[in-house]
Amino acid sequence: MWKRDESVKPATGSTGSTPAPAQHGSTPHAAEAAPTRPAPASEPQRGQERNVVNIGTSVVIKGELSGSEDLTIEGQVEGKIELRQNVLTIGANAKIKAQVFAKAVIIFGEIVGNVAATEKVDIRDNGSVDGDIAAPRVAIAEGAHFRGSIDMQRGNKVEQKAEAKPAAQPAPTSAPAAPAGVPR
Amino acid sequence: MLSDLLRWGGKRSSQTETTGDAPAPRGEEPVIPSKALPKFLSAIRRQPGPPVLLDFGPVIGANVAFFGERLGCKLFIEDLFADYDKHARGGTLDALAATFPSRLRHEDASVDGVLCWDFFDFLTKPASQLLARQIVRVLRPGGAVMGFFCTSAVPRTAFTKYEVVDETAMRHRYHPGIGGARMPLLNRDIIKMFDSLIVSDSFLLKSNTREILLRRKA
Repeated sequence: MWKRDESVKPATGSTGSTPAPAQHGSTPHAAEAAPTRPAPASEPQRGQERNVVNIGTSVVIKGELSGSEDLTIEGQVEGKIELRQNVLTIGANAKIKAQVFAKAVIIFGEIVGNVAATEKVDIRDNGSVDGDIAAPRVAIAEGAHFRGSIDMQRGNKVEQKAEAKPAAQPAPTSAPAAPAGVPR
Repeated sequence: MLSDLLRWGGKRSSQTETTGDAPAPRGEEPVIPSKALPKFLSAIRRQPGPPVLLDFGPVIGANVAFFGERLGCKLFIEDLFADYDKHARGGTLDALAATFPSRLRHEDASVDGVLCWDFFDFLTKPASQLLARQIVRVLRPGGAVMGFFCTSAVPRTAFTKYEVVDETAMRHRYHPGIGGARMPLLNRDIIKMFDSLIVSDSFLLKSNTREILLRRKA
């Protein structure tokens, strides 16, 4: 039993370091949002293979940033960020003035500019977005700042869903793509 | 580690802490039935195409999920309470109304629904008229406006944010900010302000709040 406790300890320590997990119960997708953070611990199987690149707080980039790895930005970026197949994390210290496109965008810091994601955009508490969001799923935590429009792109989502699970039944509560009683 | 074990079964303080944004535990924030909300939803559902909504309140994840995901709306969050707060702190509340036209840059007749919440309560009559003019301008034929109006003046009160629980109820939540005085608008003033809209429904709640739904004829 004692050995088991010790083996658990590092895992709890690592989750404790994630910023403000208590906030996430307030949004319907917050619980889902927490594990999507591209920390290696959250996705142990893929995380070992996937490279996560960090851009530190002292780094300033002006121009176009694109790549095929998960990226965490803590510095400043002005221009355009494109990670079509990967997760982009905007760290708490980051200041972004850019058009952002990624598979998933997790925001702890500040973005001024439009954000588009093929999977989801997740603004965590103290995260800030001034711009338009286009994503099939959007989670906004308590304490987050947002100004702009939110477009959930239902049409695209339905197509994606159909490709992924052709015979699957849509979940009534959490699946945004095929809600019951949606206006036409 | 031993102390952790001894605390088993006890109250976990880290899990019961509340944040600065929500001083009251979530369960204590009242869920109030709304009679105007179902009518508002019914009105925007009748609009052709995905409804476009304008929300004057602070962004709330639950509302984004409700309107964006569940109803398929395109949401524009224009947090006018934040603007009010900024001006109130700076002592420039008189200048707030002048910002409305530049703040609401939406095209004419481009919005299906406007969620005003109780923002009009915090405005002077001239400021209310300016905002109403903008709302009338952006509202599409068949579109709807939902607003809550107090019935008596309150010298100073905090803001409230309205979280949609389901199609018939909202959770009234504390919203941090400087707040302000609430001034009631008479029914005839409301009708006059929105001169090209019709008051389709008006409900007086037990809390003495008027829930008013205005519609533009299709």
